Amino acid sequence: MSQDLNIKQSANDWWSKVKAGQVGALPALLGLFVLCIVFGVQSSVFLTPGNLANLLTQAAAVIVIAMGLVFVLLLGEIDLSAGYAAGVCGALLVIMITEMDYPWYLAFPISVLAGVLLGAVIGYLVAQLKIPSFVVTLATFLAFQGLLLLLVGEGGTIRIEDPVILAVENKNLSVSYSWIFFLLTAGAYLLSGLLKFRKRRKAGLVDNLFKLWVIKTFILIAIGTIATWALTVERSNNPDLVSLRGIPYVVPVILVLLVGATFVLSRTSFGLHIYAVGGNAEAARRAGINVKMVRITAFMICTAFAAVAGMIFVSRANSISPTTGGSSTLLYAVGAAVIGGTSLFGGKGKVSDAILGGLVVAVIDNGMALLGYPAGIKFMVTGAVLLISATIDAVSRRGASTT
Amino acid sequence: MASPILSLKRVNKSFGPVHVLKDVDFSAYAGKVTALVGDNGAGKSTLIKCIAGIYTPETGEFIFEGKPVTISGPRDATELGIEIVYQDLALCDNLDIVHNMFLGREEISGVTLNESSMESLAKKTLDGLSVRTVKSIRQKVASLSGGQRQTVAIARAVLWNSKVVILDEPTAALGVAQTEQVLKLVRQLADNGLAVIVISHNLNDVFQVADNIAAMYLGSMAAQVEKNSVNQNDVVRLITTGAQK
Repeated sequence: MSQDLNIKQSANDWWSKVKAGQVGALPALLGLFVLCIVFGVQSSVFLTPGNLANLLTQAAAVIVIAMGLVFVLLLGEIDLSAGYAAGVCGALLVIMITEMDYPWYLAFPISVLAGVLLGAVIGYLVAQLKIPSFVVTLATFLAFQGLLLLLVGEGGTIRIEDPVILAVENKNLSVSYSWIFFLLTAGAYLLSGLLKFRKRRKAGLVDNLFKLWVIKTFILIAIGTIATWALTVERSNNPDLVSLRGIPYVVPVILVLLVGATFVLSRTSFGLHIYAVGGNAEAARRAGINVKMVRITAFMICTAFAAVAGMIFVSRANSISPTTGGSSTLLYAVGAAVIGGTSLFGGKGKVSDAILGGLVVAVIDNGMALLGYPAGIKFMVTGAVLLISATIDAVSRRGASTT
Repeated sequence: MASPILSLKRVNKSFGPVHVLKDVDFSAYAGKVTALVGDNGAGKSTLIKCIAGIYTPETGEFIFEGKPVTISGPRDATELGIEIVYQDLALCDNLDIVHNMFLGREEISGVTLNESSMESLAKKTLDGLSVRTVKSIRQKVASLSGGQRQTVAIARAVLWNSKVVILDEPTAALGVAQTEQVLKLVRQLADNGLAVIVISHNLNDVFQVADNIAAMYLGSMAAQVEKNSVNQNDVVRLITTGAQK
């Protein structure tokens, strides 16, 4: 019977889902599309390959923090200190490499481990002592800010010269490796999808989303091809002096995190438990799920992602300063997750949505800067976009509860 | 009457100075629906919580399938095959039907969830209960009606080859048509060979679906009788005065 289900029917199924409040990433996708067209028309620089690479490296750290935040937001909790956690872990990384002469492959895992520990403390306070996460992380926000200041020293910055860490934000895959990377990614995506559907067929289950998946995959691969092509075009002003082409190293870094996090959330029982606790903690408890452990682990994952973001910050700035991960970083990250479609009420959201949302935030930032708007306007527009996404979330929830 | 699958003898439970269950005897039979009725505060909920292992009674005997057992936690009850469907259903709105049915007891292959095996088993269970009102078992529970949610909660309870299913006020929040649908499902459970215990305030429902009626009055079991031997007035008298005739 699976063959009888045609494309119109699966599109209808999907549309009824949208109407039932499961809008998912649709608004963010539309928003991103519209923003790109608007900025592309208004600015001659926006849609150039050079700016595309710029955009990705600009957005990377916030995107990674947002991806980690998704785990916490899914529980209906929040981590306000993730930005400064990135700063603290970045500072540890820099200190270990420059002052203690640790190699990067030792220093980086240790800094991530430090992030996990910070998250464990937050998680313990939230899950065991039942202090609202807003208050706990407000306190750790201040505490981490102070810790970062102590580590770096007032007014000071510590430079880093480790070539591997610096390469993440400043170097690119070679053109051939860029294409190999793209082909491998696309192939793995295709294969995992096909295997999933084949398994369902074998089990005799209906797969009415197959054709929709084919369309989605086709569009994704088309976008990927265009992006890879754009990134492999020479974007240096002076190619004879220094060639600048290929996918920035940070892209595969984010992709590995995305695949790992998506796998955990959608394919493992731990991921299912996160959604369950976020949807109805009491039901999860009665079903025998260790709710406390799920909460603590989510906070640990969140700060571990923040630690990776700290490394990206350090790589981008070539240094660590007392304001790394501060000012609007965390707010942009929460904004990115919410714009992508993650619900602040918990139980709804995907890691890939955080990337979309992060790109929306970065596009506004980048595009408006190119058009010469002052920072004040930029913040106000980003705020407005965040408000719109929160409205969509709230309204779609209402739609879901009345059907 | 055949020998009961589950019987409780002289169960006592107190909360501090309040003696909530006084020498309560209770039996449930495979293939039969036993209705547990009683006024508010009569001890119905405490009794089923003792059966489900949430409370541990001070004294009393539990006999399950002819053997004495001790139930000292929810896990013990689950292992014996006793499942409880709470009044507030305990479903996660944001998960689909399959995930709700398997929540906390997911099927795993390697490290990943075995989605297709869970889906097949969920489908088989719902088909076994003659449930045809659910469009897709991959839809989110948020989009289901009250009766459909009750159906999912009940299906979850019977998924595990359970032997005794306890339903706490399954029709309390439902409209007429949906009540009918759930009562049919309750009957189906018993016809499939399970022992079903239903707590209800609605005597019409009780008389429609039950084989046995156990009436509690102020913490004691006033009487456990066969439905055919009593009429509604008798049951009302049992609930309000505790007197047999």
